[in-house]
Amino acid sequence: MEPDRKSADNAIIACPNGPLLLRGDVEILTPDGDPVPRNRKTVALCRCGASSIKPYCDGTHKAIGFRA
Amino acid sequence: MKTPDPRGPLSSALLDALGSAPAAAPGLPALAEAAGTALEQTADIFRDEDVQLALFCLYELHYTGLDGVDAGWEWHPGLLAVRVRLEQAYEAALRRLVRLPEPPQATSAAVADALFTLTGNDDGPSVSRFVAASATREQLQEFLVHRSIYQLKEADPHSWAIPRLTGRAKAALVEIQADEYGGGRAHRMHSTLFAGTLRGVGLEDSYGAYIDHIPAVTLAALNMMSLFGLNRRLRGAIVGHLAAFEMTSSIPNRFYARGVRRLGYGDDVALYFDEHVEADAVHEQIAARDMAGGLAEASPELVPDILFGTAACLAMDAMVGGHQLAAWQNGTSSLRLPLPEPVGSATI
Repeated sequence: MEPDRKSADNAIIACPNGPLLLRGDVEILTPDGDPVPRNRKTVALCRCGASSIKPYCDGTHKAIGFRA
Repeated sequence: MKTPDPRGPLSSALLDALGSAPAAAPGLPALAEAAGTALEQTADIFRDEDVQLALFCLYELHYTGLDGVDAGWEWHPGLLAVRVRLEQAYEAALRRLVRLPEPPQATSAAVADALFTLTGNDDGPSVSRFVAASATREQLQEFLVHRSIYQLKEADPHSWAIPRLTGRAKAALVEIQADEYGGGRAHRMHSTLFAGTLRGVGLEDSYGAYIDHIPAVTLAALNMMSLFGLNRRLRGAIVGHLAAFEMTSSIPNRFYARGVRRLGYGDDVALYFDEHVEADAVHEQIAARDMAGGLAEASPELVPDILFGTAACLAMDAMVGGHQLAAWQNGTSSLRLPLPEPVGSATI
């Protein structure tokens, strides 16, 4: 059976006009290697640059009409 | 939860009936008659205090129950028959209330697009902007009281849908709900965070403490969720409802957090709102594409009801928000009863 790329355990999903959804066992670190505080398993990473809680998404991409 | 005070003939007949043992059920004929009369006479079911409270109590039997009411009433056929009559009238009113766009193709991408468009075009009254810029401490308290029933059982009405979904939609719903319930940490449950917010502004944090203060229109929004959640045939609508919740949450919660801090409250009160800014930016993506989109691909016939649930959520949010803002702009309370003075706030 072909491996199903839609069922990857660790993945970044590029949401159209929105954030990068990070699901799985990947650490988010600062440039110094310290872990970025994380309160949930699956997180949304800002892609539009306008979030007030970077590196996480706060939904602002919708307010600024971000397209990707 | 505590048993509410009745608000008219129907809720009186209901609470009378529930006061007896379900085996005998002497009050059921009077209740059935009161339900028929109430539905005949209601001018606006969304703002009918008697009908909405009765429906709320009937649904509450499936959640925490009502103090002093025999738990055996939950599946009593005669009581369910009354609930179905009220539900049919209420669902018909909800379907008349909303105008649906043309249904998209039953693909995840098309459904997500349709939901983002529907929620993005929502121009309902903005309680969050009012709270951010202008609300008084008393108005913030009222806003929290309106929210207190749902937020102290946050996510529960949508959890009814879990065994009714399969595959991608189910995995998505469970991923969202696990986060709502704290990811295994009771102190991170959203209902627990909300209880902290209530305490922080001097309000009671027990479930249902303010039921008698809460007007019909707010109960109507709660009853809509239970209607969608408890009826398997409406699983499309409960999924659409949750998607709308998640897709209209991050930015308003940022405004609520701003208002809370403007009024001088600290992180303990703001934490609930801060949490939703981040959480719901995640949830909205999962809800639109995997949950609603996944359900649409698995069951294309449910696409219209997914849109119905989303549109109904937006419409009821607008109705409840409009009620609060209208009261505040008139310098009156949006609640049925004045809130008690917070402990320790008496003037010296």
